[in-house]
Amino acid sequence: MAVDKETVRKVARLARIAEPEERLEPLAEEISGILGWIEQLNEVDIEGVEAMASTVDVSLALRADALQEGPTGGGQPDNIVANAPKTQDHFFVVPKVVE
Amino acid sequence: MTDITNLSLADLRDALKDKKVSASETTDAYLARIDAAKDLNAVITVTADKARAMAKVSDDKLSRGEGGALEGVPLGIKDLYCTEGVLTTAGSHILDGFKPRYESTVTGNLWRDGAVMLGKLNMDEFAMGSSNETSFYGPVVSPWRRAGPNSHKDVTPLTPGGSSGGSAASVAARLCAGATATDTGGSIRQPASLTGTVGVKPTYGRCSRWGIVAFASSLDQAGPIARDVRDAAIMLRSMAGHDAKDSTSIDCPVPDYEAVLGQSVKGLKIGVPKEYRLDGMPDEIEKLWADGVAWMKDAGCEIVDISLPMTKYALPVYYIVAPAEASSNLARYDGVKFGHRAKDYDDILSMYETTRAEGFGDEVKRRVLIGTYVLSAGYYDAYYLRAQKVRKKIFDEFSEAYKKVDLILTPSTPSAAFGLGEKDGDPVQMYLNDIFTVTANLAGLPGASIPAGLDAQGLPLGLQLLAKPFDEETMFKGMHALEQAAGFSARPDEWWG
Repeated sequence: MAVDKETVRKVARLARIAEPEERLEPLAEEISGILGWIEQLNEVDIEGVEAMASTVDVSLALRADALQEGPTGGGQPDNIVANAPKTQDHFFVVPKVVE
Repeated sequence: MTDITNLSLADLRDALKDKKVSASETTDAYLARIDAAKDLNAVITVTADKARAMAKVSDDKLSRGEGGALEGVPLGIKDLYCTEGVLTTAGSHILDGFKPRYESTVTGNLWRDGAVMLGKLNMDEFAMGSSNETSFYGPVVSPWRRAGPNSHKDVTPLTPGGSSGGSAASVAARLCAGATATDTGGSIRQPASLTGTVGVKPTYGRCSRWGIVAFASSLDQAGPIARDVRDAAIMLRSMAGHDAKDSTSIDCPVPDYEAVLGQSVKGLKIGVPKEYRLDGMPDEIEKLWADGVAWMKDAGCEIVDISLPMTKYALPVYYIVAPAEASSNLARYDGVKFGHRAKDYDDILSMYETTRAEGFGDEVKRRVLIGTYVLSAGYYDAYYLRAQKVRKKIFDEFSEAYKKVDLILTPSTPSAAFGLGEKDGDPVQMYLNDIFTVTANLAGLPGASIPAGLDAQGLPLGLQLLAKPFDEETMFKGMHALEQAAGFSARPDEWWG
């Protein structure tokens, strides 16, 4: 399926990537080329085949509903914000989103 | 000892235990080699102080006759593994300045066993690439060069492969005793094949993915790149194991892979899939594969012709599944929690969009856009759901094949290393590098590349062995038999430094 410039604009917005106007057409061509190659999957008979999301056939393990120890545990706000570009009092600072 | 860095990991381990060498002198010798190999661009961050401190701790333990399975052994770490307090970039601009406050489970396992970290190795951005050319830090240059006329080396810079190009180049150039890598579509086996090293992608679930920067979560798997099969066996044993922090890591015992090396492969059934014979494949690859078959036969294996007709669909499935998962995983890079944030923006939306436009390279953007597209309303069934169903057929086809055979033998790559910049035109041409490796990721199978010969230009070529899920032991047995038969001992000339 060929993708046009307007579709790339829409998808780039969904993906939160600012693509400059002059990149939209080349991207449409590149992505159409890749999707065209992918189209060969339409030859495969998938009638009655179940979709496979993972090769691991295990049910998720349950654990006690309690605070974890270690790096996945709580009580470590300094670590959580340590790498953020902008913080204040253990909060992430972003541009105003509510008027 | 003047040439500690020429010892294999196994020999180094033994020399350290016997106190013939110290971890500190070994570490210094490797750091000097890294320093002299800047032309290869294989290392993003050298952690010299940390390495020396870790080596000192190892020497203390070794002097008391203590220490783990890798005590004092210096390793390189692919920069996809989070390392506590040490810059972790995933080869991307968007992770500028990111120093994780935690350690990935796999690297933690290596340090538990006494290994020493030399530094963080270059790689394709977010592991998306087959040539290391998508790294924000520039391409890694392979230590290997083509033979030119009149026995002069052709100086064209070649790719070490990707995405674990820094790992493969570092091991081939002996900048470390071994390296960690990751494989989503071939990123361990393809660079290993192109650099004359051994690369092992274990079964999906064998190694914890916790703390490894995620690319495509249902395909990503950690593994070693090493100088020989024994070294890879030693490393994998330390890296592997169940981890409650990764719900897809499997709770089963980790065998001593080294213990099976040298065991007879007599009677093993080796599958040879006819669909891996490609039109236009170089004769040398064809011949190498035939050699591999003959070697296994000589070792007492039974050769079984098998058919895997879904093989041709594996790469197209991969280029839906992997970008889809990547578009979701990479949504976290938004300039809020870590890494790069754009300087100029109007509101929160333009902050996200500008940050991501500045932070991601072209290949990553392309894949995020494809992933977003195939998951978007109206296209999900036609692309993503269809790909997942074809994936199931590929999985089933392997399950059927493994009722008849123990291992599958194929070439690792459709060609030897190519020149940097030679394949940057059409993305699909680059993707075809992984044609023999990607099936193992889709089916979750263990796979390995073993150096098996040189092409007419003197460049390494590898053979791939695939095994049943969680049967890495049989795979290592087969790898060792291939290694013995191939007798690969070529080394790149040290033109760098």
